[in-house]
Amino acid sequence: MNSNVPDRRGFLKKSAALAGLAVGAIPFAKGTAHAADNPLPDDPTIEDLSYGARSRFETTYRVHSVGALNANGLRNLTPLQDTMGVITPAALHFLVLREQHLPNIDPREHTLLIHGMVDRPLIFTMEELKRFPSVSRIHFLECTGNSGLMHYKSYLADKKRSPDLTKEMHIIQALHGRTSCSEWTGVPLSLLLQEAGVQKGAKWIVAEGNDSEHHAKSMPLEKCLDDVIVAYGQNGEALRREQGYPLRLIVPGWQGVNNVKYLRNIKVVDHPYYFQSETSAYTNLRPDGKATIYESQVGPKSLITFPCDAHHLKGPGYYQITGLAWCGRGAISRVEVSTDNGATWKDAVLQTPVFNKAHTRFRFDWTWNGSETVIMSRCTNEFGDIQPTMLELAQLWGNNREPHLSGDAVERFWEGANISEFLNNPIQLWKVGQDGSVSDALYSTFNVKV
Amino acid sequence: MRYTALSTSKFSFRFSVIVLLACGAAAGQSPTYKLGRTPTEAEVRAWDHAVGPDGKELPAGSGSAVEGAKIYATKCSFCHGKNAEGIFPFPRLAGGVGTYNTPNPIRSSAAYLPYATTIWDFINRAMPRESEGTLTPDEIYAVTAFILFKNGTIKETDVLDKKSLPEIVMPNRFGFFPDPPQSAPDKERGWLPYWNQVPIAKDSKPAAKNEQASAAQ
Repeated sequence: MNSNVPDRRGFLKKSAALAGLAVGAIPFAKGTAHAADNPLPDDPTIEDLSYGARSRFETTYRVHSVGALNANGLRNLTPLQDTMGVITPAALHFLVLREQHLPNIDPREHTLLIHGMVDRPLIFTMEELKRFPSVSRIHFLECTGNSGLMHYKSYLADKKRSPDLTKEMHIIQALHGRTSCSEWTGVPLSLLLQEAGVQKGAKWIVAEGNDSEHHAKSMPLEKCLDDVIVAYGQNGEALRREQGYPLRLIVPGWQGVNNVKYLRNIKVVDHPYYFQSETSAYTNLRPDGKATIYESQVGPKSLITFPCDAHHLKGPGYYQITGLAWCGRGAISRVEVSTDNGATWKDAVLQTPVFNKAHTRFRFDWTWNGSETVIMSRCTNEFGDIQPTMLELAQLWGNNREPHLSGDAVERFWEGANISEFLNNPIQLWKVGQDGSVSDALYSTFNVKV
Repeated sequence: MRYTALSTSKFSFRFSVIVLLACGAAAGQSPTYKLGRTPTEAEVRAWDHAVGPDGKELPAGSGSAVEGAKIYATKCSFCHGKNAEGIFPFPRLAGGVGTYNTPNPIRSSAAYLPYATTIWDFINRAMPRESEGTLTPDEIYAVTAFILFKNGTIKETDVLDKKSLPEIVMPNRFGFFPDPPQSAPDKERGWLPYWNQVPIAKDSKPAAKNEQASAAQ
């Protein structure tokens, strides 16, 4: 195999050179008008041809965020401000790892063990897993902490600490960029469990990854038999290393922490295991001192991705407002947009087909008259669940302890939120200034000190 | 005759071996797609380390906070502080009981837990960072005991083992809900996010005004 490389390279170089000669003759003959606007075409590299790279003029990237947990892990966030359609390229899919390393797993050595309360414990190689009937489904992933205050605080702290390094860090990415959407390919977990023969009395599974912290998660069996995928493919190719290569769980609509990467072990059990990642972390403390546990389904959420705080409007005129809506339950059925600070709402157009538990692109025609305003979106799913405002979130969080909610209640909600890892899904407000600047008008209105 | 008998038995022996092998292979594979195989006991044991609240999977061994203090000082205190107070951004492991319903709750990684087995499980699977899997069961029991001792949950000389560790009643044992957790979807609401979703709209017409928008002004 290796001995072929120089030959192949030589061949490609040669053919590229030949192609260059043949094509090169035409622009040369046509004169230099073309060259004045653009750099001259060049010989493509072997990388350009064998595994395509983007144009050198495209520079959007996953910003690294130290996040609320600072240096304790890896976090790189999706540039939602530059996304199009509903699929996030694998190279821009967010990653949140609670450790500093990326495993190097040889797929030939990797196996998946299924044991516990089953009639037939089984172990599968990657090759065998790929022989099972497969499915490809489009689903979003979202980190539990996405849009949370603790990340807003660390965003402000980062800005303060290193203003130069964080110049290109925007709220849209730093705060909301822990969500992406891909087409995932793999075997339905229900099929593998059926092959193993789940025993009576089994109610939960324990899934574990082969990363150095052996990330573990308990999940109700009923969800696993419903729509969970043991995935090896993402957007038409193998999973990326930072996405769990060679195998991971996709738990549609549920908080990111459930989607165990580097999946190595599934044990069928009759009770949850109360792992660190579902007790000391990823539980939500309420003002009354009690915390919700195993709360996994993502609520309805939408976000305008253009224009947002990463953009600047050039002046009055036509703009297409666009954004993403998603929900952990069913499909998005409606997205409304307000361009007058919530006074009136109009329906946005949804990109079809709309997939279940997937990012849904919405578009809305807008002619900006040049005056200051606040724009926002809110979504509804097919069951009638509506995306809440921050005030409504605080109301639910307060759990009847605050009969007449005020701004203080929201503050207090945030204080609690600071140490809770819930999925925060408030309506995001973007303020458009007369100068065309766009800025956050939600988080910045609360008195947050860093 | 003897020759025939011998050859017959040889044949049937060979035949039964073939049948057994075939059955063995079939029994080891998944019933519908005939893929995978039965794992060996060692293969299961190597990955059967997750410890739940009943402690069923805990190995033999024991330790107390006395031995735990020495191990903690050399292998844990660098990140978690001398007295389990935590060194930012690494979590504190002690304190916080009684603060959960105050405006400034302290949610330490041990005292807050509903079950003590989680401490054992997490040290075993993920600690210490960079040298995960190097502590022996005795050492893990001892460090777990030290952390619980620093939280005032057990005495310094209490010995933890497979039997005593799951019996500890953590101070925040009843601080979580629903208890037991939801293991099946609700008929009407599905898998409930308990509070981050507004009630289902009776009237699907949008509200006339966004309250938050006015609150933000």
